[in-house]
Amino acid sequence: MADRQKHIGRSRGDKVFDGIVMVLMILVLFVCLYPLYFILIASVSDPYMVSAGKVLVIPKGITFNAYERIFHYQKIWMGYRNTILYTTLGTAINVAITVTAGFALSRKTLVGRRMILMLFVFTMFFNGGMIPTYMVVKSLGLINTIWAMVLPNAMSVWNLMIARSFFETTIPEDLRGAAFIDGAGNLTFFFQIVLPVSKAIVSVLVLFYAIAHWNAFFNAFIYLESDRLYPLQVVLRDILVSNQPDPSMIDDLATLIEKQKTAELLKYGLIVVASVPVLVLYPFMQRYFVTGVMIGSIKG
Amino acid sequence: MKYRSGNWRGRIRRDAGLYLLLLPAVIYVLVFLYAPMGGVLIAFKDYTPTKGIWGSPWAGFKYFEKFLNAYNFKQIFFNTVSLSVYNLAAQFPIPILFALLLNQMRHKKFKQVVQTVSYAPHFISTVVLVGMLNVFLSPSTGVVNALIKVMGGEAVYFLGKAELFRPVYVWSSVWQDMGRSAIIYIAALTSIEQELHEAAMVDGASKFQRTLHIDIPGIMPTVVIMLILNLGRIMTVGFEKAYLMQNTLNITASEIISTYVYKVGLLNAQFSLSTAIGLFNSVISCVLVIAVNTIARRLGDTSLW
Repeated sequence: MADRQKHIGRSRGDKVFDGIVMVLMILVLFVCLYPLYFILIASVSDPYMVSAGKVLVIPKGITFNAYERIFHYQKIWMGYRNTILYTTLGTAINVAITVTAGFALSRKTLVGRRMILMLFVFTMFFNGGMIPTYMVVKSLGLINTIWAMVLPNAMSVWNLMIARSFFETTIPEDLRGAAFIDGAGNLTFFFQIVLPVSKAIVSVLVLFYAIAHWNAFFNAFIYLESDRLYPLQVVLRDILVSNQPDPSMIDDLATLIEKQKTAELLKYGLIVVASVPVLVLYPFMQRYFVTGVMIGSIKG
Repeated sequence: MKYRSGNWRGRIRRDAGLYLLLLPAVIYVLVFLYAPMGGVLIAFKDYTPTKGIWGSPWAGFKYFEKFLNAYNFKQIFFNTVSLSVYNLAAQFPIPILFALLLNQMRHKKFKQVVQTVSYAPHFISTVVLVGMLNVFLSPSTGVVNALIKVMGGEAVYFLGKAELFRPVYVWSSVWQDMGRSAIIYIAALTSIEQELHEAAMVDGASKFQRTLHIDIPGIMPTVVIMLILNLGRIMTVGFEKAYLMQNTLNITASEIISTYVYKVGLLNAQFSLSTAIGLFNSVISCVLVIAVNTIARRLGDTSLW
């Protein structure tokens, strides 16, 4: 069949169709990549050229001024350090809780399984809201501590469902029966047999949670009060969004206009510095990302 | 230990280890998700921190009435719904269209590249995304306005105009999430049986006709489920992006329920009022999910539960 197709070749209509598809997909590629590429070239170009719209394809008037200033800016590195800390600690807690509970919930003979599932699923549809949650976090004494960054979001019920459906399909119940006959209890079975064959789901969860921690803004914004605890995203927000570069970053410049231009340049540099770790790891982790989205979409 | 135990007591004893594995997750949801649900009581009370939740006097529906009668209620409600509907109208069909077209690409390698690149923007944080909007769209230094001026136009303050808030919000979200949302449709498309396409080709169907009559019906169940999920979420517009894009100039369009809850509750410390507004929103969205799902179940056999 395919042979015959090749023989008669594509019809004219199909060729036009293919052409349109090709053009549109190249457009998509361009639209997705160009803004990122632009940030990169703008961060090393003369800010005057950038704001005049002259830097579009290649960097012009190359300067590493922005990176030099960022490099000497204490707050960014403190933010970086905090973000790395929250991401590592938070992800470890997240994955441990999610994997264990996901496995337990995947065992269909567990007494009370439906009820416990309901307990989790209900929270996907209804929540207490911002103030009651804040009050709980406050009453536990977590405000302005690193625990406020890792405990209120210690697990995502959505990810729990992903883990559960993974274990449901990969760990047959008979295997557990067999392990019991060999004298292994549930915990031995989980840690020595299930975990070693579940690298795929652990990778997916690490990826999902780590990205969420790296990019998180909200919890830090409402639960943290002191500068030294601020993660990168909060530091970035002051400069990128509120338009308030720390005066110390540019106070050596004489004129206001000079300051304004440098502040713009700094923004491009900061966007690069903040996004580089994620985008560098991206090619390696995108496979797990797709896997995770796929498991998550299976109706369960 | 025995695996086969007939009665439920035996099974509970057998699975004690599993309950232990579940314990941290259960404690987490009870403390951080259910305890705040109990905290919504303060929406019905005149809450003052010194008296505590139980000691504060009951207020009935006072705070709900206060919100419904507030001068800006209509605007905030309208902003929330219209932002959400606009978002859905763009964010829902575009990934489907993208998946259908991508699926038709002949060049497999290039297809893979386009797909991989398409979900890269998803990994950028909201703060950075809004930061990018700020630098691109700045009226004095932004590249977009530089190009508008080169072409003889007037600089537009995109982020300072209420009427442009929704378009900028929605289209930047499309940019960020199109690829990620398309993954599920691309997967659904690859699971369509190849024989269907071959049979249609023998009958002389063009690629366009096959897309229309094979691909689209093939992914329809997925589309319906995603639509239900999205309709149910119409009242839950996230706080972060709207708040970060907000300024005094666009506030008439950018103030939505979640940003208002934050301001009333944490900035003005009106705990009861803020909780009442949040609860009002949660109840509507909960009802929406159930309603949409019931309708979907009546109409066809697709439903979430």
